Amino acid sequence: MADMRSRDGVELHHFHGGLELPDHKAMSTGGGIRIAPVPRELIVPLSQHIGEPATALVEIGDLVKRGQMIAEPASAVSASLHAPSSGRVSAIEDRLVPHPSGLSARCIVIETDGRDEAVVPQPLPDWQDAPPAMVRDHVRAAGIVGLGGAAFPTWIKLDIEGRPPIERLILNGAECEPYISCDDLLMQDRAMEIVSGAQIMLHALHTAHCQIAIEDNKPRAEAALRAALAEANDERLELVCVPSVYPEGGEKQLIQVLTGREVPHDGLPLDVGVVCHNVATAAAVHRAIVRGEPLVSRIVTVTGAGVSAPGNVEARLGTPFEALIAFCGGYTETASRLIMGGPMMGFAVKSDAVPVIKATNCILAGSDAEVAPAREPMPCIRCGECAEVCPASLLPQTLYWFTRARDFERTRDYDLFDCIECGCCDLVCPSQIPLASHFRFAKTEIWGKEIERAKADIARQRHEFRQARLEREAREQEEKRRKKQEALERMKSGGTQKDEIKAALERARRKKEEKE
Amino acid sequence: MKFTLAPAPHLKPLNSVGAVMRQVLYALVPATAAYVWYFGWGIVIQMLIATAFALAAEFIMLVLRDRPVRPFITDFSAVVTAVLLAWAMPPTAPWWLVGIGVVFAIVFAKHLYGGLGYNLFNPAMAGYVVLLISFPKEMTTWIAPGMLVDDDNQLTFFQTLQTIFGGGFPQGVNVDAVTSATPLDYLRTQLTANRTILEIRQNGLFGDFGGKGWEWIGNFLVLGGIWLLYRRVIRWQVPAGVFLGLGSMAFLFYALDPGSHASPGFHLFSGAAILCAFFIATDPVSAATTPKGRLIYAFGIGVLIYIIRTWGSYPDGVAFAVLLMNMAAPLIDHYTKPRTYGHAKP
Repeated sequence: MADMRSRDGVELHHFHGGLELPDHKAMSTGGGIRIAPVPRELIVPLSQHIGEPATALVEIGDLVKRGQMIAEPASAVSASLHAPSSGRVSAIEDRLVPHPSGLSARCIVIETDGRDEAVVPQPLPDWQDAPPAMVRDHVRAAGIVGLGGAAFPTWIKLDIEGRPPIERLILNGAECEPYISCDDLLMQDRAMEIVSGAQIMLHALHTAHCQIAIEDNKPRAEAALRAALAEANDERLELVCVPSVYPEGGEKQLIQVLTGREVPHDGLPLDVGVVCHNVATAAAVHRAIVRGEPLVSRIVTVTGAGVSAPGNVEARLGTPFEALIAFCGGYTETASRLIMGGPMMGFAVKSDAVPVIKATNCILAGSDAEVAPAREPMPCIRCGECAEVCPASLLPQTLYWFTRARDFERTRDYDLFDCIECGCCDLVCPSQIPLASHFRFAKTEIWGKEIERAKADIARQRHEFRQARLEREAREQEEKRRKKQEALERMKSGGTQKDEIKAALERARRKKEEKE
Repeated sequence: MKFTLAPAPHLKPLNSVGAVMRQVLYALVPATAAYVWYFGWGIVIQMLIATAFALAAEFIMLVLRDRPVRPFITDFSAVVTAVLLAWAMPPTAPWWLVGIGVVFAIVFAKHLYGGLGYNLFNPAMAGYVVLLISFPKEMTTWIAPGMLVDDDNQLTFFQTLQTIFGGGFPQGVNVDAVTSATPLDYLRTQLTANRTILEIRQNGLFGDFGGKGWEWIGNFLVLGGIWLLYRRVIRWQVPAGVFLGLGSMAFLFYALDPGSHASPGFHLFSGAAILCAFFIATDPVSAATTPKGRLIYAFGIGVLIYIIRTWGSYPDGVAFAVLLMNMAAPLIDHYTKPRTYGHAKP
């Protein structure tokens, strides 16, 4: 049963809570997609996806071309990396990477030669006739990960081996977070690539229904997609406009809105017959399959009051943030915080030397007027507004209570791990308590305890094993000693050494006979 | 470039405690104006005295407890407690009465439990109950609404001041003409004397629904409550619960025996029922916190108000009802946890 209908008459449902936020997107949607120049140095971190860091295939001094694989997946849940431009591998060392911790990580550094030569593209031209497994492997070899920000290896979400049948594919073009508009521009300018990518994905997933979801605050993108869909004339694909409420684009929330079903807390969207991919991921799949181009660039929104000429740029992976900001007119006087991602879920970085990675959907240089100041929170007044806006229907005030008391077992009782860290509760709290930070802290404390417990379990096992081994050795020693004692006594009571030897030979012969 | 580091989310907070408290005060302005219209300036004087005592008590307690003074003194929570307590006082009560009440509320019911956010009981109601039990005579000396008193005997502003600060009605005031029982009080005593509702309602104290004057104050309180709902300062569960609880009990007994039970309309529009529904039971700290829990909590308050009014010893049961349900709030919360996304329906 639907709660409402979209403009096209498609059944839609509600998700609980959420906030209508001013979207601040107009500042970056003018000017189309600008192509950023290739910088002098490209920094490619080995870990820019969920799973194990990739294993480098190149060495210092190697010459590489654009699209050449420079690192391979380390395991199933891992992704490959490709040279974003041609040049020479100048270093494989730790560099500052964009991460909330501010730590450095191993990167392949390429000194570009300015020629931007590419390897021969390797498309899969007859993908409609290729088995889904071949399509999947091609996507994997292209190093494609979820480009909505999660960076999960895409091929795994196109894998249907041994899985229940998938009822529909959802392409997420909601882009609900304020300031970010990269998907909007992609849908406006390259709608055909998205549609083609959707068709490829439908083939890989052996499914016949795809919904492209887009928030109703993107009229131009909507028009472009409608035109592309009309041209493709594929009845399996449909465009659905969803309300512009944050976090409409959260995977769990979008699935609930489009299907009315909830992803089980201990399961995956597959369990409700759905697979969800970002629209940019679909476009990347198109490029890999049809054009044979691996993932070497992405569209990044460079915005905020701290940027002189905000807009969307197509940047090579590995481009330092500062190069993109410079390309967009440089900083304004008011730039005070540099955020990778959006203002709700993005994290602050302390240096603009960090490179663009596959998950970099937005570089937000915020001014003091835009970002929250440091403040002293008041005590919780139990108003319950946080629970009103929580999309997961949690009780943030109770989770906060137990987190402050460090009673982490009780936070699990109140479903702490269902928190998607969207930040809605933080914004509405009258006491201005940094709730999302408390929940992140609680989660890491619980994980830390679990790691400790696992270590302690292993230590206990080893200890018990060692005890058993010592006992066994002691017993064996005892056995040996006893036998020797007996032999000695037999000799003493009249037997000779010869008799002992004869007896031993007898025993050996009997044993041999038993064996045969 | 030096950048600030802070965790997500990075947008400015949408709300503040001060903003919430101030909205409550704004919502009371129309009703206060109506109150002054019918009963004179007494209530405003009571509010001023209460606020002064409340802020002084809060300041002293914050200093004694070694807490930062500025953020808490300026959050308006003490002012809201003072104003709501002043609303519960007879307008001509002596100045020290509301002073004692509000000091008790701030010191004992708020700070000794841990201050803002930690109090188990509604401070204004705790203060009111202490006064009611300790000073029953002063707390039950109410005045008649202006339209029932003829022009010669109307209490002037200056006379009101004298009454409040001077230890009693000054010379020249016709005490009999000016003072009066409240409609609820009158109802009680007359019911005990076995008069019927119909007979009782003939008395000039009663208007169309509730008491004269009180009905209109009730209307403006409802307006204020709707404003608070619109601004999302309060949510619908508490007012709905109180009205449902009180209304259904009143309806039930009125249907059974209209002769000796007042109508639901009377109960809903008299005394502090509306004030309770929108301003008192909605005190977030002492109420239940889950949405379903609030409904149950408020329903319990409504039922208890009716029970205390009808069969208890006090003409109005709002304060006791609220305090009793405050005690039940943690238990109610425990059993009304909402179902989280992705978890099975139990």
